[in-house]
Amino acid sequence: MSAYAMAVAGSEPFLERAPLLLRDAFVQLLPAPTQWLVHHLITIVAILAVFGLFFAFTTIAERKLLGRLQNRRGPNRTGVPQFSILPWRFKHTLFGLSQPFADAVKALTKEDIVPAAADKLLHFLAPVLVVAFSLLTFAVLPFGRNLIPVELDSALLYFFAAGSATELTIFMAGWASRNKYSLLAAMRALAQVISYELPLMLSVVPVVLVAGSLSTREIALAQGGWTFGIIPHWNVFTPWGFAGFLLFLVAALAESNRSPFDLPEAESELVAGHLTEYSGFKYALFFMAEYFGLTALSGLGITIFLGGWQAPVPFLGFVPSYAWFMLKLVGMIGFFIWVRGTLLRLRIDQLTRLAWQFIVPLALINLLNAAFWSLTRDWTGALQLVRWVISAAIVVGPFVLLGRKLNAGRAPRTYRYATS
Amino acid sequence: MLGSGILKGLAVTAKNFAGSFYDPERMATVQYPEERAPLGEHYRSFPLLVCENAADPLGTLRCVACTICEKECPPQCIYIEKSKDKKPDATGKPQLYPVIFTIDTAVCMGCGICAELCPFDSIKMDKVFEVTATNRFTGLLLERDQLAKSNAYYHSIRPAEAAEVDARLAAERLAAEEKAKAAALAKAAAAAAKAAAAPPTTPPSAA
Repeated sequence: MSAYAMAVAGSEPFLERAPLLLRDAFVQLLPAPTQWLVHHLITIVAILAVFGLFFAFTTIAERKLLGRLQNRRGPNRTGVPQFSILPWRFKHTLFGLSQPFADAVKALTKEDIVPAAADKLLHFLAPVLVVAFSLLTFAVLPFGRNLIPVELDSALLYFFAAGSATELTIFMAGWASRNKYSLLAAMRALAQVISYELPLMLSVVPVVLVAGSLSTREIALAQGGWTFGIIPHWNVFTPWGFAGFLLFLVAALAESNRSPFDLPEAESELVAGHLTEYSGFKYALFFMAEYFGLTALSGLGITIFLGGWQAPVPFLGFVPSYAWFMLKLVGMIGFFIWVRGTLLRLRIDQLTRLAWQFIVPLALINLLNAAFWSLTRDWTGALQLVRWVISAAIVVGPFVLLGRKLNAGRAPRTYRYATS
Repeated sequence: MLGSGILKGLAVTAKNFAGSFYDPERMATVQYPEERAPLGEHYRSFPLLVCENAADPLGTLRCVACTICEKECPPQCIYIEKSKDKKPDATGKPQLYPVIFTIDTAVCMGCGICAELCPFDSIKMDKVFEVTATNRFTGLLLERDQLAKSNAYYHSIRPAEAAEVDARLAAERLAAEEKAKAAALAKAAAAAAKAAAAPPTTPPSAA
């Protein structure tokens, strides 16, 4: 409520307050006893509507972008269907942007097949829970200066508790399907979550250490301000923040089961992994949850490393904060799609090796780096330069040394049976 | 250094992304109904029956209903009924002709064995691949008149092969004509010899 009080106090531009004013205007119309409930329901509906649509357009953006990355055009045919009541026909195909809606209709009208040997209850619950858990994580993300659904003091803790539950539902889906591919995929998913939950959190801890808070709102606020009026105080522009951001990106890719870590649903090996026995709308729900998870993790990455809803340069401050958040979100998702279009899938042993031998040690070293950074907070002048050099050395040194040691005898790869 | 390969890969895909907007040469796909990729010289879809004259396709079919293709067709999609009477074929020889010749394109697998085996160069492989029908039983069952395509059409889809076939057929026709001429000459000579040997039944008109 404090954010709301501040907003109504009204030193902020109108666009910044507009969503809250709209909500309150609607809530005022209702009888007093229901107001608190409607207040929260509107928040939920807004999140569902905005991120539901965001999901829909992410799917088409992913297909189009992947196409472009592979010198194709991607889907560009789906236009507006002809409604029989209309006398004219809208001919333009809208660059295929209505594809997600056609996909939704297709998914809804498909037959829902449940294997005879499946655990019916778990088989049904898995897609429902996977969406529920991935939506829960949106509750603590600050989408704008005043737009945070729930203000928790330990928001990061809540985020990871809710986010890691989705892996449980993947195991549920694999187990309930009673299918060897599904179960194998579920096993892989568990191996993956154990491997990558740790580096994900370790990459976030330095931020908590420096900001001194678990609240996403506080962390985003702490990144305000500019050096020389142009370089924002985002965590990614510090040596430890940059390293933490890269580690976070790798761990987030693994957490959201995306390429190159999409082992749980490796199409070429496990049919469709844990989705093998799912069809129709349940399949679509898994798909949706995967994108929700990716969006939420990107949102978290933006909040803790990319300055949250803060504008990158001072003179663009008039653009509303939620617009900046969405822009950064689009950028993050675009980057993830770019990575998907570029990298090959890892083997399960490579995946765990990368996590335990490379990313976890680097994340631990990065934690020390952040500790150094926060201890030397009051160094100024020439000492500031020394601080930067030491911090950068703590990032680059272990990266190069560890990389060289782990790569010894492994690269370049030789092929025994094929000519390269 | 570790990770440089990933950066190189990202650069390659970024180049693809940017290039796909201004360099049509990069594109791996064509926008199909509007643009079409050229079909290869030896592309084949379903069989067709070559006829000599487009104005009278059924009268000038090269097919003589020998039923070799029907017997050799691996999925057995050809059905032929021979005629009772004979009509002169391309070389002028009286031959049987197919009263019924159907190919079920729903069954045909496009192997082209029929076209390879046909001794009369009658059955050839078409290049039409957009075959659709609303009824899968009769719609895709092609009859004799649907299968018959003129020699000019055959030339238009496979110029090199058609020219070679035409040259061979012309040579055969020439050989047949020469043979017929020679036979006629021999017959005439034999008749003359016979006439010379035997006493004339009628007095020469000049005499």
